[in-house]
Amino acid sequence: MPTSPDLALPPPRAGLRRRAAKRQRLMPRLDRREVAAIFAGGAAGALLRAALVRLGSGGAPGWPWTTFGVNLAGAFALGYFATRLQERLPLSTYRRPFLGTGVCGALTTFSTLQLELLTMLDAHRYGLALGYASASIVAGYATVHLATAVVRRARVHA
Amino acid sequence: MSLATWVGVALLGGVGATLRFLVDAVVSGRAGRAFPLGTLAVNLSGAVALGFVAGLAVPETASVLAGTAAIGAYTTFSTWMLETQRLTEDGEADRALVNALLSLALGLGAVALGRSIGAHW
Repeated sequence: MPTSPDLALPPPRAGLRRRAAKRQRLMPRLDRREVAAIFAGGAAGALLRAALVRLGSGGAPGWPWTTFGVNLAGAFALGYFATRLQERLPLSTYRRPFLGTGVCGALTTFSTLQLELLTMLDAHRYGLALGYASASIVAGYATVHLATAVVRRARVHA
Repeated sequence: MSLATWVGVALLGGVGATLRFLVDAVVSGRAGRAFPLGTLAVNLSGAVALGFVAGLAVPETASVLAGTAAIGAYTTFSTWMLETQRLTEDGEADRALVNALLSLALGLGAVALGRSIGAHW
C-alpha cells in the first residue's frame, strides 16, 4: 500500500525531538543546587517576614504597614539583584535562585495583600482599599525601576 | 511563638518558595514567556489558598504556618512588579498595565472565592 506523503510527515526523528522538547518544557530539568538555594532563600525570607509580622502586629487597624513595607523592600531588593546578577556579574548558579526567587519571593506576598484588600472592602473602607492597591502597585513598580537605575548607573561609573 | 513554630516557618517557607519555582517553570514552559502567566498562576492559586485558610478561621499558630510561611512564601509581590517593569522596558507598556491590573482584579476574586469555600467547609 502506498504511503501518502501527508502521513509520512513529519519524519519520526523530528517527531521524537519535538516530543522530547515538549516533555522538557512540561517538567523542567531540576538542578539540585538551584532547588536547595531556593529552599534556603525561601526559609530565610519567610522567617524574616514572620518576625516582622510579629513586631508589626497590634498597631492601629488601617494601613497594613508590615505588608506594604516588606513588599516594597523585597521589590527593591529583587530589582537590584536581578539587574546586577543579570547584567553586571558573571552568571552564578545559585545567587539569583537564593536571593531573588528564595529570599525576595518569600519575603514579599501577593496573597496577604489581596486578603487585606478584601477585608477593607468588607468594612466598606473603599478609599483605603483603592489607596492601598494603587500605592502598592505604583510604589512597587517605581521601586523596581529605581533599583534597576541604581545598578545601571553604577556600571557607567565603574 | 515557640521554637518549633519558627522551625516550621523556615521549612514551610522553603517549601512554598520551591513550589512557586516549580509551578512557574511548568506554566511558563507551556505558555511561553511573552506574558508572565507563571507568576499569575502562582499568585492566583495562592490567593485562593490564603482565602481558604482565612475562611476556616484557624488558630493563630496554624495561621502563621499556613498563611504567613507557606502561602506567603509561595506567592510573590516582588516578581510580579519586576516582570511588570521589565515588560515596560521591552516596549510592552500595554501588557505591563494588563499584568498589573488583571493580577489585582483576579487576585481579589481568588481570595474572596477561597474564603467563601473555607467558610462553608
